[in-house]
Parts: sequence; C-alpha cells; structure tokens
Amino acid sequence: MTPFAALAPAGLAIPHIDYTALLPELILLGGVLVLIGVSAMTPRRLPTGVYATMTVAIAAAALVASLRLWRDVQNHGAFTTVAHSVDVDGFAVYFLVLVSCILIVAAIIGSGYLRREGIAGCEYYALALISGSGAMLMASANDLIFIFLALEVLSIPLYVMAGFDRRRPTSQEAAIKYFVLGAFSSAVFVYGIALVYGATGSTNLPEIGAFLAHNVITANGVLLAGIALLIVGFSFKVAAVPFHMWTPDVYQGAPTPVTGFMAALAKAGGFAAFLRVFVATFPTLRGDWQPVIWALAALTLVGGAIVALAQRDVKRMLAYSSINHAGFVLIGLQAVTTKGVAASAYYLFAYAFMVLGSFAVVGVVGAKGDRRHDLEAYRGLAARNPVLATVFSVLLLAQAGVPFTTGFFAKFYVIAASVGAHSYALAVVAMASAAIAVFFYLRVVLLMYSTQPADPGDEATTPGPAGGGVATLVRIPVGRLVVQPSIALGLAVSVGVTVVFGVWPQPLIDFTRAATFIFH
Amino acid sequence: MSAHAVAVGLGAVAGQRAFPFLTALVLTPVGAALVALVLPRRAVWAIRAVGVAGALAVLGIAAAVLDEFRAGFGGYQMVSVHPWVGSLGISWSLGIDGISLFLVLLSALLFLLALAGAGERTNVKSFTIWILLLEAACLGSFCSLDVLLFFLFFETTLVPVYFIIVGWGHEKRNHAAMKFFIYTFTGSAMMLVGIVALVSIHAGQTGVTTFDIRQLVQTHLSGTAGVLLLLAFTAAFAVKAPIFPFHTWSPDAYREAPVAGSVLMAGVTAKLGTYGIVRFDLGLFPHATVVLAPVFLTLGVAGIVYGAIVAAVQKDLKRLVAYSSLAHIGFIVIGAFALTGESVSGAVLQMVNHGLITAALFLLVAMIYRRRQTMNVAHLGGLQRRAPVMAATFAVVVLASIGVPGLNGFVGEFLILAGTFLTHRWWAVVAVAGVVLAAVYLLWAYQQIFHGPERESERDKPFRDLTWREGAVLAPLIVLIVAMGVYPRPVLDRITPSVDQLITHVEQVAHPNIPRVGQPEPTTHTEVAK
Repeated sequence: MTPFAALAPAGLAIPHIDYTALLPELILLGGVLVLIGVSAMTPRRLPTGVYATMTVAIAAAALVASLRLWRDVQNHGAFTTVAHSVDVDGFAVYFLVLVSCILIVAAIIGSGYLRREGIAGCEYYALALISGSGAMLMASANDLIFIFLALEVLSIPLYVMAGFDRRRPTSQEAAIKYFVLGAFSSAVFVYGIALVYGATGSTNLPEIGAFLAHNVITANGVLLAGIALLIVGFSFKVAAVPFHMWTPDVYQGAPTPVTGFMAALAKAGGFAAFLRVFVATFPTLRGDWQPVIWALAALTLVGGAIVALAQRDVKRMLAYSSINHAGFVLIGLQAVTTKGVAASAYYLFAYAFMVLGSFAVVGVVGAKGDRRHDLEAYRGLAARNPVLATVFSVLLLAQAGVPFTTGFFAKFYVIAASVGAHSYALAVVAMASAAIAVFFYLRVVLLMYSTQPADPGDEATTPGPAGGGVATLVRIPVGRLVVQPSIALGLAVSVGVTVVFGVWPQPLIDFTRAATFIFH
Repeated sequence: MSAHAVAVGLGAVAGQRAFPFLTALVLTPVGAALVALVLPRRAVWAIRAVGVAGALAVLGIAAAVLDEFRAGFGGYQMVSVHPWVGSLGISWSLGIDGISLFLVLLSALLFLLALAGAGERTNVKSFTIWILLLEAACLGSFCSLDVLLFFLFFETTLVPVYFIIVGWGHEKRNHAAMKFFIYTFTGSAMMLVGIVALVSIHAGQTGVTTFDIRQLVQTHLSGTAGVLLLLAFTAAFAVKAPIFPFHTWSPDAYREAPVAGSVLMAGVTAKLGTYGIVRFDLGLFPHATVVLAPVFLTLGVAGIVYGAIVAAVQKDLKRLVAYSSLAHIGFIVIGAFALTGESVSGAVLQMVNHGLITAALFLLVAMIYRRRQTMNVAHLGGLQRRAPVMAATFAVVVLASIGVPGLNGFVGEFLILAGTFLTHRWWAVVAVAGVVLAAVYLLWAYQQIFHGPERESERDKPFRDLTWREGAVLAPLIVLIVAMGVYPRPVLDRITPSVDQLITHVEQVAHPNIPRVGQPEPTTHTEVAK
C-alpha cells in the first residue's frame, strides 16, 4: 500500500488513496503553499497582479485536472476512493469544474479591488484557494464526517476573508458575525451527524442509504432529529429562510468581491453536499423530509424576494436576492429526482457567474473605500459609464430570469423539475417570487438610466415640464467611472457565460444532465 | 452597412422555395441591430438608415411570405424545424398559418413606420437597436410553433419595451415602465408554469418531451387540469392584451411611452396576447375554453363597456386612445371565445384592423403633440381650418375605429358580432352598445379638436398641416384601412381555412360524441413540413 502504512499504529489501516482522483483539490492546496512560499521568499512585496496571475494559473490547472476527471468518469464510470469516503462521480466532478471556474473569475475580479484598496499580499488568494478546495471536497465527500471537515475548510477562510478589510469596522463585524453563526451552525450539523450515526451505525453515505433501504426503523425519532439538524446546518450554510439572518449583514459588511466569491462558492459547496446527502442517501425517508424542504423553499423564495424590496443598500438587496435564488435551488432538491438535481446544479452554475459579475459591478460603483452602496449611487450610472450600466443591466435582468440568459434556463429547469415531481404549488410560488423580484432588479436599472434628479417628492406627485430643468441635474455624480482592466475582464467572462449559454444552452444543459450521482 | 441589411432582404425575395423565410424574418432585425451596434454613436444618419433598411428588408420578406402563402389551406406553412435544446425537447420551429400571417405583415409594416416616423433626437442608436430587437421578438412570437420558443420571444418583448419607455418616454415614464414590466412579467410567470405542466402531462402520456404545439394539441387533459392550464396561459395573455380587469398598466404605459412605443405596444405587442388566446387557449385547451368561455365573454363585454365609458371622460388624448383600445380588445376577446368560425375569423381580422387604426391614432396624436405640446383635448380646438388634411385623415381613422361600413373596422366588428350572436346572444347585444359608445367619445374628441372653438391663447400660434414625411407615414395605414374595408375578401380567404380548422378541432375535442357530417377532415399538419 502506501509507504505511510508502516507508520500507522496497529489496528488503524491507512486506506488506499487514488491521488489522481483528488488532483484538483491537491493542486489548489499545493498552489496555496506555492503562493505563500513565493510571498515569503521575495524580499519586496510583489504587486497583487502577480499573485492573481498565479492564482488563475493554479485554478486553471485544477480546471484541467477536473475536466480530465470528467472524461474519465464519463468513459469509465464513477468510482470511490479513500475507503469510500470520496465519491468521484459526474455530480462531484461537475462541481469541481464549477469551483475552478469560480476561483478563476474571483481571482481576476479580486485583484482589481485589492489594488484599488491598497491591500497587498498573497493571503487573499491563498485563503480563496483553501476555501475552494473545501468546496470541492464538499461536492465529492461521501461520508458525513468528511462533509463536516470539508465544510470547515470551506468556511474558515471565508470568515477571514469577510474581515479582510481591517480598516472598515463593518468588515470586522461581518467577519465576527459570520464566524459565530457559522460555528454555531457547524455545531448543529455535527450534532445531526452524531444522531444519524446513532440511528444507522455509520457515517458513510452509501452505508446509511443501504441500511435505511434494508431496515425499517420503527422508533425513528433519533434519526429524524438527526436529519432535522442536518437540514438546519445546511440551511445556515446556503442561507435558507429562516436560517438566513447572518446573510444580509455579512454580505453588506464583507469587501464586495469577497461577497461575490462567498455567495458563489458557499452556495455551490453547500448545495452540492446538501443534494448528495438528501437525494442520494435519504431518498427512502423522503416522505419525512420532503415537506420540510418544501416549506423551506417556499419561505426562502418569498422571504428573500419580499424583504429585498425594502432594501436601500444594493449589497443588502443582492444578499436578499441571493436568498431568493437559494429558494430556487431548493426547489430542485425538493423534487428528489435526477432532473431536480441536474436543475439545481444548472442553477448554481448560472447563479455563480451572475452573482460574481453583479458584485464586481457593485465593487466598482462602491469606489475607493468600498462605501458607496446606496441606491442613489446608481443614479445616472449610464451617463457615467454606459458599458458598465449595460453590463449590470444584463446581469440583473438575467437574475430576474429574462429569456436568452442562463438565468432564464435556470428558472425554467427547476420549474420543470418541480412540475415533473408534481409540486405545482411550489412552482407557482417560485414564479410569483420571481415576479416580485423583478421589481428590485428593475429599480436599479431604472436608476442607472435615470436622468432625473433625486427628489423626495418623487415623480409621482410632481409632473413638471417634460425634459426637466438643467439646474436640477447637479446631484447626479459626474465624471466617468474607471473600470480596471482586470475587473473588465472578469465582467466580460461573467456576462459572456450568462449570455452565450443563454442563447446556446445545449452544452451546459448536457453537462448538467451528465452530472448525476453514483447510485450504489 | 445598410446595404447589408437590404441584401439580406433581396436575397430572401430571390431565393428558392426552400428558403427559410421565417427564420430570415426573425433574424434580419437582429442582424440590423448588430450593424447599428457597431456604428459610432454620432453617425445618427447612418444608424437611422440601417434601422429603416432593416425594417424595410423585413417588410420585403414578409411580402414574399404573403406571396408564398397558399390560400385556402388551413395548416402551418413554410415550416422549418431545427433542434435547439434537444435534450429538453425545445426546438427552433417556425411556421405560419392564416391566423399569424397577417399579424406578421402588420408587425412588419408598423415597425417600419415606427422607425421611419419616430422623431427621437436623443440617443438614436439605442432607440434603433431596441426597436429592431423588439421587432425580432414580436415576429418570433407570431411564427413560433414551439411553445417554449414562443414564450421566450413573448417574454423578450418586455425588455425593449421597458427601455423604450424609460429612455424616451414622458414625465411619469419610470412609474409606467415599472408597472408595465411587473404586470406582464407576473402574467407570463404563470404561463411558464402552465407550459411546463402541459409538456409534463404530454410526456407522461406519450413518453415524448416536446414543446411542439402540433404535438401538444393532441394531449388529453382532464377537466380540472385543462381549466387550470388555461388559466395559467391566459394570465399572460390577459395582461398582455390587456383584458379587463388586467388592463391597469396599459393606460399608463401607452400614455408615457414615446410615440413609437405606444404604436408598437398597442399595435403589435398587445396582439401577442390576443394571438396567444386564439392560438394556444383555443388550440391547446378546447374543452376548458368551452367551459370558461362565458367568463371571458363577460370580461370582454365588460372591457368594451368599461373602456368606452372611461374613454369618454378622458381629457388626455393618449389615454383616450388607450381606453378605446381596451374596448376594441374586448371585441377581439368575445370574438375569440364565441367559438364560431365567423367570430374567430373576425377576431383575427380585427387584430389587424385594430393594429392599423390604433397605430394611426397614436401617430396623429403625436403629430398634434409635436405642434402644441399638449394632449389635453380641452386645450385644442378649431384645427380643421389650419390643418384640413390632418383633420380628414383623423376623421377617416376615427370612423374606422367606430366601425363605419366601408372601412376596415366594420368588417371585423360585424363578423365578431354576427358570430357571437349565433352562440351567445346577450353578450353580443351588450357589445353592440359599446359600438354606440365608441361613436360618442371618438366623435366628441374629433369635434372638439378640429371643429371646437379655438382657445384665445392658442389663436396666434402657428399649426402646420401634415408634412410630407408625416403623410408618407400615415398613407399606408389609411390605404389599408380603406382597402380592407372595401374588399376584405383576399384577407379573409387566407384567415378562414385556418380558423375553420381550429374550430373543428375545438368542437371535436370539446364535444367528441356529436357526430359530424360533411366536415372536412382536418388537414394534416405534416403535409407541408418538407
């Protein structure tokens, strides 16, 4: 076996590890060491662009490794390794690819922000890579303990990143809040694992599944309590109502590119494990947990959309909109079908690029200091930078689900899955929430294209002559907004993915359809 | 650059029989929009030229489609099917029949007039691009045989209209645009669920996941499922058309939009709603349509009466036209739900008529506004002496709108009322009252504007008669209003076979036990599908 076997204490066997199966994660973790090593060995501080380039290269290498794995899985079938605690199936590899893409885009966008804010050093990128490896492990974990470890690897760097802008108190507040509630939810999650283990005698997902398939537990209180706690733990991570309280504060306080990264990555990783644990492991108990997910999804959809209406801060608004999106992903989970899983996976892919791009724009508008996030900051943006306004409009409309964007197909796909599982009411609730959500997306678009001055009396009461007076235009911020090249590149990728796969959806849809679980 | 767009159009005309006319129809405006996109912002003249050339090319292709169209045949023609998202059963399926043919022609004409007649000075580039994209979306909706493709185009129309209102509208444009978008988005959100549910039921019955309407019409639906699906679909169409009481967005949106926006919204995108009712409600849910027909007939009649009464008290000309438009849509709705051959043919014809008439009215109102900066009827008066040609044009349009024989409005309304009278007498009786009311408010407005006393303060201001360019924009509309009133036969010859086939389908599904003698077998759809 491995050379380490001899070092193991008697009775503890080191399982066989297929390192090629773990290559994407290993590349990321190795990359972290390279980054830190380079940073330690260079006498002077390197510009942030150097680290960004290295991060992109590392993530690209992970992407290549993931795509190789994808080919292997498609050609030779799925397999497990590390004593069945790591699954290498279409579903896992799909998320490996997604996480690699998120890392690439986030590194590109982040570098522009860090340069503007004068935050040097490799830590940001190193933390992002560690977090990314955690998300990858979440997707491929096949054991509850392993999921817990991956969850911590995913989360802890994000806590640090949320507080990355040390000069801003809100950033620190966000970090503490995220950390405390995150630790709390982890504790709940571990408790859930313990109860499930107590009821089934295993932490390994296929073993639990097999146990439940072959045994009827008559007094299943412990098991159901465990499942309930797992749902709570996951709901915290993916920000489902009513476990979403941390989201608006953390999204608002964290440095803006971190918010985008966190939103994309934590949702992808969290939902990957959520889907695997519930759809692949507990399908036999669906009668018990499906209604709970139904209620969670409905609450998340409606709650996110309605509370977002009241927000004046764009980051908070996008935080609630991301809660609304989480509701849509939950719909795919609620279906408990292969189609539902594929729909959720598609949604997460589409969402990742929309949210990364959206927060990148918010970061640009936030200007140096990352403070200008009130809706008023967007008034007349089209005059200051027409391209940026167009890009943001596309991203917001995509989030609203307008056709010929990935956002539309994402919603369509989950609705189709939901209707396929005969959850008609949930589909109607979802589309109603989408209709509500249109309002706050469009409000930003309106402001960007508005040439009217801010007026407390508002346009409803003061008709005024057409065209308006020249003197009233002074409150609109003037001067062009400068978009750094790296952020422009990141935005181009985000919008490109959103539009290209909206017009030509076939490849991405096929990709998700092949992203299925291994069925033991 | 503009030559490119024209070349596409000419290529279409000169092409072989197998030329994908409908695909060219949908993609030509997109191509023109892309050309306009790469032109510099300052090249206003070139951008306008590209826009008009693109719209002209579309009209050329539409004319070729009319030429290719086989009259007397009820099925879909010029069908072209390409897989698009094969794994989900979505395809790029376009086809045309008597129901959609004239709506395509109407759209092609109105978009050209809107682009040629629009006086927008600011940001011409964005304006032209939005109008062209809207044209593509509207034409795509009318030609789609794939329900999801229809939905995509249908939904896409929101974005250009929204930006047209926001960018070039009147004072309360933001409010109006928001209201418009949210109302229509909510309606179509329900339709999306309905589409998915229908396809899911169809897949359960046949094992084939497809969005092709030609296959979906064969789905067997239980009574409740049919009614729920019909309601889900109609949510979208009722808001879009708009049907009373889902109309509250429309007076605001029509009022605040720039003239091109009002013309295209009332003339074309509103027709997406009524077209959807005829094509999808009747075609896909015949049984539920029969069950719910009294409800929709009542709403239609309510719209006619309500629209007419509210129009009568409007001071604002544009709002007046908006409410009169609501009344006219009421006629189309009762025609569609009366479910007789005459009434549905009348409804389809009236969609075209209403498009021509409302477009002309909105254009005329805009021309008055351009001269006087007011749309308030009370501030206008005595314009007949200063602008006799404009007054005469206005009179013709008003008379057509009222439904005076010899003009196109009469033919449509007569067919609708005659057909409705056969099956739903009392609704037809009340609807006739709407015709009388329309005469009241439209003639009153006409009288006030052109023959009423001129206000003291306005007496010294000049008022030009129609300019050459304005006349050129209005002329095609007036010619068609008169021509279709005097000789509607060629139009009806093309509409009727498709409508008859639809009605036969509705009756067969809704009343399967009644034996029918002498009814022709419905023409197989696949006959022309290559």
